[in-house]
Amino acid sequence: MSQVDNRHQNLGLSDEQVLDMYRTMLLARKIDERMWLLNRAGKIPFVISCQGQEAAQIGASYALNLDKDYVAPYYRDLGVVLAFGMTTHELFLAAFAKAEDPNSGGRQMPGHFGQKKNRILTGSSPVTTQLPHAVGIALAAKMDGENIASLVTLGEGSSNQGDFHEGLNFAGVHKLPVITMVENNKYAISVPLERQISSESVADRGVAYGMPGYQVDGNDPLEVYRVVKDAHDRAMNGEGPTLIEAMTERLTAHSSDDNDKAYRTEEEIEEMKQKDSLISFAQYLRDVGVLTEEKEQALNKEIDDEINEATEAAENAPYAEPEDALKYVYAEKGGE
Amino acid sequence: MAVMSYIQAVTSALKDEMERDDSVFVLGEDVGKKGGVFKATEGLYDQFGESRVMDTPLTESAIAGVGIGAAMYGKRPVAEMQFADFIMPAVNQIISEASRIRYRSNNDWSCPMVIRAPYGGGVHGALYHSQSVEAVFANQPGLKIVMPSTPHDVKGLLKAAIRDDDPVLFFEHKRAYRLIKGEVPEEDYELPIGKADVKKQGDDITVITYGLGVHFALEAAEKLEEEGISSHILDLRTVYPIDQEAVIEAAKKTGKVLLVTEDNKEGSIMSEVSAIISENCLFDLDSPVQRLAGPDVPSMPYAPTMEKYFMINPDKLENAMRELAEF
Repeated sequence: MSQVDNRHQNLGLSDEQVLDMYRTMLLARKIDERMWLLNRAGKIPFVISCQGQEAAQIGASYALNLDKDYVAPYYRDLGVVLAFGMTTHELFLAAFAKAEDPNSGGRQMPGHFGQKKNRILTGSSPVTTQLPHAVGIALAAKMDGENIASLVTLGEGSSNQGDFHEGLNFAGVHKLPVITMVENNKYAISVPLERQISSESVADRGVAYGMPGYQVDGNDPLEVYRVVKDAHDRAMNGEGPTLIEAMTERLTAHSSDDNDKAYRTEEEIEEMKQKDSLISFAQYLRDVGVLTEEKEQALNKEIDDEINEATEAAENAPYAEPEDALKYVYAEKGGE
Repeated sequence: MAVMSYIQAVTSALKDEMERDDSVFVLGEDVGKKGGVFKATEGLYDQFGESRVMDTPLTESAIAGVGIGAAMYGKRPVAEMQFADFIMPAVNQIISEASRIRYRSNNDWSCPMVIRAPYGGGVHGALYHSQSVEAVFANQPGLKIVMPSTPHDVKGLLKAAIRDDDPVLFFEHKRAYRLIKGEVPEEDYELPIGKADVKKQGDDITVITYGLGVHFALEAAEKLEEEGISSHILDLRTVYPIDQEAVIEAAKKTGKVLLVTEDNKEGSIMSEVSAIISENCLFDLDSPVQRLAGPDVPSMPYAPTMEKYFMINPDKLENAMRELAEF
């Protein structure tokens, strides 16, 4: 055991911090798995997964200042929003489309995150629109002399949209503190990577926008942490934006309405599962003596209880009144 | 009162609001050192510096999208689209994002942003420097669309737009920029978005229009006065959401209504105004509601013969108004 390189200490992370990272990864995975059960049981109409991308999401988030920085997440970023402070209870309220859902009060499909108090920008379904928003946050903060960064995440399919080009070019020209992380799970629904981009990598595009581009193993939360931490340091030092491509796996179908067996082989899916970061990171933590069997059992129980309670509470929570559909098109007079 | 041109009223409103509120800033193509291709932002760069009068890359979707991000942070961006015709790459940002931010977040986030753009024809601008694009946005709840006709209205409404807590599209008629002059109060004032304005009282026929059409209607009305025809002219000022009360009142006043827009006829703002009148005024009407608009071709051509054929003008209004009066 002592032969194992303690990588997290070298990165300046304490045992508590890496254990907390693992806890959040596990929580994200288990919330996601519960949502599939609820979907298949006919209790919630839709689920779209983070499974296979937790390491990238949590590795990146923990490299930020979670009290000050902003994030413009995309629909798979369950792990990101958990790290930014959204609770399990709130995520289940969203899954059940209940009135108290902080993301949208039950207006949007699950996965359309947003929570102002935690600086999680509200998102939509057309992809990559959030990228210029993150640039706008960084621009506004810079104008105010606030030394903060914004993180924007998206899939690699989204990196082909015009807003990717327009937003990154803008951030590059004005040297804005924006960290763009592409979570490359190699599929845009059914279309594989080689039918999406012709460059070697998405990270290669950084040079065109005057910023460094790094590809990183997205199954390794510590490696993602290291790269995003560097990007964050650059942002804080006024050195401008960074493009990061985290290579991840999409362990589920695109969504609860997709059947990935139609375009992926069993072998491919099996191979992906071998790279699951939940397994490899737990193993690392065991190897360095941070995760003991007792701790692991306690952690699992604690998370299972949390999810059970949140599921039940959300299922029993009230829906919005029908007429609430009319509210908040514009600012209500007299404030709200 | 000072006499100003339409475009001077734009500049003056921007200047006032930037002086009043540090969170207001301007971004767009050529808005900085050059002061805008029409000079709408002239002098602002020197007064407020490049961070508040920001030249952007040629990138309409990012101009809108970056503005939206800044607005969510707490700024009050005023984005300029160089021509309304070039707003199309930003439509996704405006419709899918800006208009829905408050609603989709259940009032958690908001987007207090103005997008200004010069629109309209009669300037030899051909297909892509002449268009009216308001109808593209005029069924998107969450947006407001302001299209003023006079320097007085420009200044009061642009101030209101900048102070508004929701996204406002502010379309300025580019031919009006230097053609239309008028008195503008010295003191700070704001005009209400969503309120139409009677520009002339009359008894025989009602003309409902906006933008340059208001001036054409006033000119035609003056001539028709000599023939004993009295015209009531309502300026919509805000074309979305429409001031329904004012439309109904104006239609009922004379019972004969002409709706004028320089946009293509089918699916224009005036189609909605017509629907409001038919829903509410059936027993007050003395003639079918009439529309005078551009023909249903993509936009006005470059050659003067064809441009003139497309574009509304005071003569066309005069004829349409006389016909309606004689109905």
